[in-house]
Amino acid sequence: MRQFGLTIAALIFLAGCGGGLEGKVSVDGSSTVYPLTAIAAEDFHKDNDDVQVKVGSSGTGGGFEKFCRGELDANNASRPIKDSEIENCRKAGIDFALLTMGIDALTIVVHPENDWATCLTTDQLRAIWEPGSDVNNWQQVDPTFPDLPLRLFGPGTDSGTFDYFTEVINGDEGASRTDFTPSEDDNVVVQGVVGTRGGLGYFGYTYFEENADRLRAVDIDSGAGCVTPSAATAQDGTYTPLARPLYVYVSIPALARSEVQTFFDFYVANDAYIAEGAKFIPLNEEQRQILRTEYAELLVQAKEAEPRV
Amino acid sequence: MSNPLVQQRPRIGEGIIKLILISAAAVSILTTFGIVLSVLIPAIEFFSEIPLPSFLFGTEWTPLFKDGSFGVLPLVSGTLVITMIAVLVAIPLGLGSAIYLSEYAPTKVRRVLKPTLEVLAGIPTVVFGFFALEFVTRVLLVRIFPDIDIFNALSAGLVMGVMIIPTVASLSEDAMSAVPSGLRDGSYALGSSRRQTALKVVIPAALSGIVAAFVLGISRAIGETMIVTVAAGLEPRLSLNPLEGMQTMTSFIAAAGAGDLATGSIQYKSIFAVGLLLFIMTFLMNMVSIRLVRRFRQVYQ
Repeated sequence: MRQFGLTIAALIFLAGCGGGLEGKVSVDGSSTVYPLTAIAAEDFHKDNDDVQVKVGSSGTGGGFEKFCRGELDANNASRPIKDSEIENCRKAGIDFALLTMGIDALTIVVHPENDWATCLTTDQLRAIWEPGSDVNNWQQVDPTFPDLPLRLFGPGTDSGTFDYFTEVINGDEGASRTDFTPSEDDNVVVQGVVGTRGGLGYFGYTYFEENADRLRAVDIDSGAGCVTPSAATAQDGTYTPLARPLYVYVSIPALARSEVQTFFDFYVANDAYIAEGAKFIPLNEEQRQILRTEYAELLVQAKEAEPRV
Repeated sequence: MSNPLVQQRPRIGEGIIKLILISAAAVSILTTFGIVLSVLIPAIEFFSEIPLPSFLFGTEWTPLFKDGSFGVLPLVSGTLVITMIAVLVAIPLGLGSAIYLSEYAPTKVRRVLKPTLEVLAGIPTVVFGFFALEFVTRVLLVRIFPDIDIFNALSAGLVMGVMIIPTVASLSEDAMSAVPSGLRDGSYALGSSRRQTALKVVIPAALSGIVAAFVLGISRAIGETMIVTVAAGLEPRLSLNPLEGMQTMTSFIAAAGAGDLATGSIQYKSIFAVGLLLFIMTFLMNMVSIRLVRRFRQVYQ
């Protein structure tokens, strides 16, 4: 479900504190990427009292609409920008660049005694989770599976994880069967699956890592064979479609403003720390080098651009 | 020395005390009005978008999903099933404890038992919730019903029943102890046993207080939120099978309120519609119980 609420992650006026840098940085966009930029804004604010970083979560598309009207300094995106959106930005004269800040991965989990569902295809996942699905027994998933009731647990409709899962598995953000136990608290999903032999649930990969001794992760086959979820398979892109890069589109004219630049200097320099804080998978070393090189080039372009407020 | 019978000059202190007491009483009344008003306005807006019959008689409650349905029956059935289980536990056990404490227990035993029972009322409900999930479901119920859902109505109802035992027991016991001892003496003088005295004399005499205790207990069960949120699952399901997970009206309100719904959206207003229905249900129940109490009240001089 789309989130309309605009969260002010950091908003404090404290005159006379900090290094004298003042101003406003506004970011909006994907609810999946939101935690990453929100953590960056929170940490950044500790040393920069006078800079307000506002992070919203209107969704990738809604964010691009504002971004290409020049209302935002950056847009969080869980997918690459579309041609129509590029056109809008071009018309408004907004030059932008893409930074990949981290990786999101979801994990499908089952009960530790579940020894049949070692690998599921994305088609099977869709059959289980699509709206109106009547799959209530493991045998309906695959005839070789045991005759055992299938009980489902998942994140609540407000979470970015729900948006992401429904988008890539069911093909429509927010479309899901409704007869499962939803909770905004991932721990409820853990309790549910741990306590139900035929249980199945999903949440972010890092939350699975913390509970790896109580649950089992399912390999995912999206057409190119079974892939085990891990930081490595998420980083190299083989764990698809349940892992994807988290993008931030930065407006180059905005980057010419010192408060925006200082914020992104901080964001890029601390990418791994921020990704871990937001429970995402950080970039690998090679990806980090690419990020830093691209960002350095961006700063050169920004110097030549007219500052845009 | 002034004559106490001659009127003194008016005392200002008296007036101030009266004002303080009036405002103390007014706070709770105004709060009630404020709550009713703040629930009513978004609820009315809700019903301007969702017709009342499809809310009251719809069998699917999925307001937070895409193209959601707004039929409140699954939440109502969840609330009633769990409350019924709680009542089935609390009324016999609570009334039994009250009869024992009031009619049978020696003073020494009673002096220890009653406060101990009341300690139960001081346990935070979230603790009861985890007790229901981790102990009652995982350790006890799975042995009896191997197919039980990990989140189920039965464990929540049983533990909720235990939670309201002290309310029922303590208030009923107060009512029974207040029955004049002359009535008991009369009954014994006519040759009644203790059991006959308790059941045929003391309980009827204390009935209005006992009914009040039941109603208070049931109201607590209907309004209880934490136990059902933790132990009964969050899936609205129109079912009478207590081995399945259910969502109650209160746990929907808690779960939806904890998420970040946009203010003014229909999903947000649905919280208030459910709240209003809950309020009306408990209000009607209290009205009925006041009637019952009046009808059965016996006055002894």
